[in-house]
Formats: sequence, C-alpha cells, structure tokens
Amino acid sequence: MTEVEVGIEIGRVDEIPVGEARTFAVNGEQIAVFRLRDGSLRAIDAVCPHKGGPLADGLADDRVVVCPLHGHTFDMCTGSETGGADMSVRSYAVSVDDGAIRITDHTK
Amino acid sequence: MRQKLIVVGNGMAGVRAIEEVLMRGGAEKFDITVFGDEPYGNYNRILLSNVLAGSQEIEAADSEIFLNGLDWYAENGIDLRAGVRVVRIDSFARVVYADDGSATRYEKLILATGSRSFFPPIAGLWADDKTLTDGVFGFRTLDDCVAMISQSADRSKAVVIGGGLLGLEAARGLQSRGLAVDVVHAAPTLMNAQLDDTAGAILRRSVEDIGIAVHVEKVTTEVVTENGRLSSIVFSDGTSIDCDMLVIAAGIRPNVGLAQRAGLTVERAIVVDDHMRSIDDDNIYVVGECAQHRGQVYGLVAPLWEQATVLADHITNTDRTAAYHGSRTATKLKVAGVDVAAMGLKAPELPDDEFVQYSEPRHGVYKTIVIRDGKLIGATLVGDVSKVSFLTQAFDSGLPLPDERVSLMFDIGTPDVAVGVAELSDDAQVCNCNGVSKGTLVACVQAGETSVTGVMAKTKAGKGCGSCKELVGQIVEWAAGGAVTEDPSASWYVPGIPYDKPTLMQLIRELKLHSVSSVFAALAPDGKEDANSKMALASLLEMMWADEFVDERDARFINDRVHANIQRDGTFSVVPQMKGGVTNSWQLRRIAEVADKYAIPMIKLTGGQRIDLLGVRKEDLPAVWADLDMPSGYAYGKSFRTVKTCVGTDFCRYGLGDSTALGIALEERYQGLASPAKMKLAVTGCPRNCAEALCKDLGVVAVGDGRWEIYVGGAAGAHIRKGDLLATVDDPETVITLTGRFLQYYRENANWLERTYAFVPRVGIEKLRGVVVDDTDGLAEGLDARMQKSIDAYRDPWQDGREPVTEGQFRPSLPLLPLPQVPVR
Repeated sequence: MTEVEVGIEIGRVDEIPVGEARTFAVNGEQIAVFRLRDGSLRAIDAVCPHKGGPLADGLADDRVVVCPLHGHTFDMCTGSETGGADMSVRSYAVSVDDGAIRITDHTK
Repeated sequence: MRQKLIVVGNGMAGVRAIEEVLMRGGAEKFDITVFGDEPYGNYNRILLSNVLAGSQEIEAADSEIFLNGLDWYAENGIDLRAGVRVVRIDSFARVVYADDGSATRYEKLILATGSRSFFPPIAGLWADDKTLTDGVFGFRTLDDCVAMISQSADRSKAVVIGGGLLGLEAARGLQSRGLAVDVVHAAPTLMNAQLDDTAGAILRRSVEDIGIAVHVEKVTTEVVTENGRLSSIVFSDGTSIDCDMLVIAAGIRPNVGLAQRAGLTVERAIVVDDHMRSIDDDNIYVVGECAQHRGQVYGLVAPLWEQATVLADHITNTDRTAAYHGSRTATKLKVAGVDVAAMGLKAPELPDDEFVQYSEPRHGVYKTIVIRDGKLIGATLVGDVSKVSFLTQAFDSGLPLPDERVSLMFDIGTPDVAVGVAELSDDAQVCNCNGVSKGTLVACVQAGETSVTGVMAKTKAGKGCGSCKELVGQIVEWAAGGAVTEDPSASWYVPGIPYDKPTLMQLIRELKLHSVSSVFAALAPDGKEDANSKMALASLLEMMWADEFVDERDARFINDRVHANIQRDGTFSVVPQMKGGVTNSWQLRRIAEVADKYAIPMIKLTGGQRIDLLGVRKEDLPAVWADLDMPSGYAYGKSFRTVKTCVGTDFCRYGLGDSTALGIALEERYQGLASPAKMKLAVTGCPRNCAEALCKDLGVVAVGDGRWEIYVGGAAGAHIRKGDLLATVDDPETVITLTGRFLQYYRENANWLERTYAFVPRVGIEKLRGVVVDDTDGLAEGLDARMQKSIDAYRDPWQDGREPVTEGQFRPSLPLLPLPQVPVR
C-alpha cells in the first residue's frame, strides 16, 4: 500500500455538509472524510473492504459509519469493524487549517 | 524440491481436484501439468443443456459456461496442454506419453478422464471408424453442442435416442430451436434410473403435453441415409421414424482404456480405495466419473466435490487419514419444464419399509417417500418439489421425521418451525442472505452472546431480507437453554432511543422535535446520536410532521439522500413514476432517449409495472431526472411504492370494475408517503386477480355490481401470505378513503421495518376492521386528517436535481478505483 503523505491537503472542509462525508482522492488513495455534528473530522479509507461499498455514502454518528451496501460498521477512530467481522479500514488523523483538510498521521 | 503432479483430464473433476490441492498449499508442493483433449479451459458440462436450449450463450461476456479461463491456469503456474490426448501411462517409469509425441515424468498422477457418450450398436450409425453418419450427434461435449446448434438451422425433424435426463434435455433444447422432436427410449419408463413407473408415466404425459412425442420399448437397429443425408431410423419391430437429425443420449461410459492399458484394476470404472487412489498404485489417484468406489460409480457433480476434497487432503499430506465413504446422491432438476427431484431408493425393498405415496396425475404431481427405521432412505418428487430442501436434509443427515408423514410431502402450518430447531443439523443454513448456519449461531451463543439482537448483530443472521428472524430467535433460545437475555431494547422503536413507538411519538409531539438531531439531543442517553437509528427517526418525523419536518440529509440513508436505489457497484437505479403501470409513447420515447444518452447498461421491467434504469452514475442523476421530466417512482425508499393494476374494463373482456383508473387514483393520492416499511399496492378488475392484489400490502379486487374487496397484509416476497379481507365496499371513493385510513394506522403503529404481513396478524384483522371500517374507537377522523396533512406536503424529490440541497449531493463517493463490476447483459 502506498503511504499518504503527512501534511498534504486533501480537500476543503466546506465541501462536506455537516453530518455527512465526501470522498477525496489523494496520492492514488481514496479517503472518506466525515464532518461530525460537533465540528470535528474523521478520515478513513473510502472503500468498504467487504464488497467495495462507498463508505462516504454511509450513515454515521460520532463513533461509527455503516456501509450502505451490507451494513458492516466501522469505528472511525480505530478502523475496526464493530460487529466482530474480520476486516478493518485504515483511519487517518486529520486537522483543519484555514478550511483546508490535512492528513496529520495514519495508522499502518 | 517440488514434485511433478500430472492431471489427465481437464474437466470439472480434474480441475476441482487441482483447486482443492492449491487451497492446501499445493503450489509450493507441486509443479502441475494438466492434459485435456478438448481445446478449451475447464467448462461446466452441466450447463450444456442450457447452451443447446439457447438460454446460455457461450460467447457472452458473462458466460457462466467456462469455469476456469486460460488465464487461471497461467496465474496458478499450471502447465495446461489443451487439445493434447494422453495415449499411454508407464506406471513403473512414471511417465505419460501424449499424442503430440511428448513424454512427461510424474511423481503423482491424477486420472480424471471422465466419461464419453455410449453409442449403442446400430447399423449405419458410423460413416467411418471415427465419424458419425450425417445428422447424428452425441451429447457430451461443447463441440457436440456447437455442432448440433449449427446444424439445427437446416434440419426440421429430430429424434433423440434415450429417455433419460440427458435425452430429455436434448429434446427440449432442440425443440426450442424450432425442430419437431421425438424421444425414443428402450425401457418402458422415462428416466427409469431415478423414477418408478407411475412417476415416469406422469413425466411422459408432461413431456407429450409440450409437444414432444415419446416412443418407449423401442430398440433402434438401423440408421438410414439417402444420398448421404440422414432420412430415417428403423426399430427392431420393423417400424421406423423419418428424421433428418439424430441425437444419441443413451448413457455414458467411463473412459478407462488408458487405465486398463496401464494395468490398473478396472471393473465398471477404475477401482479406488477410500483415499481415492487406484488400488494398484499408490501414486495414481482417480476422481470423478471414471472412479469406482465401493462398487459405486457416480455421474453427478456433488460426489465429485467430496472426492476431490479427500484426494487433496491426502495427496498434499494435509490429512493422511482423510477418507471417502461414498455419497448419498440427491438430484433436483427441471426436465422438459417439469420439476423432478429424486434421492435414494425409488421403492421399498424390505417388508418393514414404510412407503408413502401421493399421486395427482391430472396435475402432473407425484410424490413418494421411503422410510426405514424412522429414517428417510428415498424420495421422489415430480411436478411439485417444494419440500425438497427439507427432504434432502433429512436424507443426508438422517433427521428424525415428523410422525405425521404427510407433512413430509406438504407444507402444513409453518414447516421451518415444525421441524424443530433441535433437529436441524449444524450446517443447515438459516440465513440464506448472509450465509449463516445454525452452527455459527450456536457457536455465537456459546461464546457468551445470549441476546437475540446481539447474536444477529454479530453473525449478520436475519440482516438480509429478514425472513429468517423468527427461526434465528428460536435457535438462540434453544442454544442458550432458557438463559436468553431479555433485551430491553427489543421494544424500542429505534436502538439508540429507549422508548417504544407510542411513547416516542408522544415525546416528540410534546417537545416539538422536528429534526433527527433534536430527537437525539432531547431523548437519547447522554444525547448521543446513533447511526443505526437515524433512518427510522427521519421516516417517523416525516410521517408525523409532514411539511413541518426538518429534513437533515445526514440522517437519511443514501437512497433517500439522492432519491435512487444504490446498487452493488455504487451506481444507482432510477425508476420514474408510471401510475398504475400505465404508460404512453411520450414516456417511452423519453426513457429510450435517456437510456441512449447516458449509456444505461440495463433497462428492466420491475415487478411493480414500471421501468427501471440500472447502472446510473450518481453524478448523472440530476441530468437523468431533468431529461426524463417524469416524477420519482419512489423505488428506493421505505415508502409507498406503486399500485399494480390490470387492464380493467377498458379493454378486458372480463373486467368487472375500472381497476386501472382506481389504481391511478390511489397512486396519485398516496404517492411517496414515508412509512415504517415498503407499501406495495394493487387493484385488479375481477377475481382472476391478474394484478396479484391478494398478496399485496393492500390489494383491491372488483367483484362485480360495482363492489370492491379490500385485502390487507398480503405478501409475496421473502414471505408469502394471502391478505386478510378488510372490507367489501360499494364504490371506488370508499376504497380510496379506507386505503388512506389503513395506511395511516399502519404508519403510526407499525414497528420500524415491520411489513403489513407481520403487522396485520399482530394487531388482528378484527381490530383493524374496527378502527378502519367501523370506526369503533373513534380514530377515523384523526387518521384521515393526519393523512391529508401528509398528502398536502408531497413534493417530488427529483426536484432536488435542479438545485442540490447539500454541497456535493450528487458527487461520486468512489471516483477512482475500478470496483467489482456488475456484469452488463
């Protein structure tokens, strides 16, 4: 897997409606960035490892997102599947600086 | 150092054996070479009948006929010698010689040479030693099949010799290609290997009914040609039949010549031990139709899978004790349009064997069951195979049988429950959607999860269509041995808010909560939002507040955010409204133009009498809607979907009421209403019920003299249920009023995702009749008023296309990666 460069700007926060997510492509990777209702951001891989579902289209709360295709549920901080399925997504730490979303760190 | 493994035979058995070997790390242990005398990769011989019948294309992009393409061999480092025939095996020097002059050494050899067509001795059958006479075909290989298809165009009358499964399939296939077809069978009974005389006679009648003539007890002695072209065949009794095409499907014979010449023991086929090795040579394994195990030779595919597993365990040293003990064979197939299932014995053999028989020749239904010592040892089903799953399971695993033997043949009550969860075998599949077996559920309970909802969440059982939920619940209860944790959340309307539906609605009303976020803030523990509660809450609030509902799109499921149904590849389906299933040339032209302009990969008629455009990209949705210029058909939501109608009185000779007009009126009035689950309706113009109104959430049937019956709680999806008669009324206006009142009562009282087929029996039809028809509880006025409020708030959601309501509403969520593609037909 390619590494996503730390510090790179992946998009603008005003592209994401509150409570929803949008997918951004960066360095050939796709990252779904969620803008929670409390204003904070979460970022994970955009593609569900189960059958390729678009996670940015999933329903989310402040902890998890539910894949719209088959209901697999991922913790947006750890990337693990909360129903106990043996799959996970990568999660990324992100920050906002003057409206720009930047990756600050990523799990392996 | 890797060993050389040679596989002779590139058919389903040989390749399955290789796949099993590879799965056990075989690529590290072996260099694999495969010889196959057909010039193809591995293909599915079972589908040849479909190829002949034209229902399976060989060339199509999605063709299922090829199981392993040539690239599969390359990817797995397998040396495929396609079109090369092995002519000799030297088992002492461990070398195989092929007809291309090559000699290849092996350490291990797998023989999977399969079978060939059996050609009975008939004068004039062969043009020379290797070539069949003009117009004569075997039916075994892809080449046979292709040759028949290409010849069928200029032949008109075919005879199939052999009234077994393959012969009947060949006959049906040729008939569908426009030929007149006769079947000639040497025995008195069709499919006599599987069926007894009565069943065979019923099958014969069904075959004759579709226009295939059947001649039994006829032995063909001669094939006659005129000027080199096939003209007729002659029987031993002197009679004859004219024909210009002849298919020989008189059985198969294992290909054993190679093994015989190598000095291996061959009886009916190559004799093997329990490890699937030749009894003469530990380095030679045999699998499939050319193997004889404990006196049995199998011609079906299921035993072959089992043999391949044992072989692979043994040859790779994964499990040297792996042993094959023979297979119980059960077949289920469609012969010439008739469903047939057969397993085990066809008739009793011992004096104490129980034999249960049911025969209804007029309708082509016949069933027999043979029971010994309380265990099912044989069954035959013709015409109605609805009980085949249970019977197969009972046959395979020796389940105890119900005392009422008749329930083995017919569904009496609910069969799944009657079986008793204790008796289900561990590998019995409970949830077909997500492939969850009873064993998995039990393991989950044993691992400490004792609530039904917990087990469902962990295993995903019941999370597909939901039709197995009841059974899942029973299994969990049984596995927990009465220690089921009462899940307090079971009565909550949504998992994240601790109230049942009446309390939740009362609080929402009292606190005037108009948005999903306000409900979480006010009513959820610690104000925590919950992703899995959002969709249900949004629906509930829309139902309660109508135009006062504050629609936060992040609380909506993706289908409701973009007003289209998400598909497995992330594209969407678009179904424009077509009220009552009535359309016109303007709409059709629009749809056709849109389909061309946006290169729609599939246009499909739906079950609800509309047209579905599948494979639309999310970003194209607004433009597609604009070009269609038709309102949404709501084929994506938990909402009022559609009203199916028949042609009613306008054209139908039998119509008793104008069902089309009434259906359109219902759809116009109640279109798009949010509800706890889908609402599908139908109106039909006479009791012939062409619009299938008896199995709809609400169905209306014209019964003459201007009267209409209203049925509620019907279903014909994951569950089948005939609706209950709610009322019989005198005019269409009353139908419309009562429909609205029923739908509103359902919307306000049903649990989330509870379809009417569950809601109606839960509440009871008498209670519903009281509320909706007789107004015994005085609720009617309020229900009607609240329904009217929802109707007044209707807005076509496809107007979002003109002005997106959120930033990037239609922006693709997966822009880059090639996803698993849905095959385009």
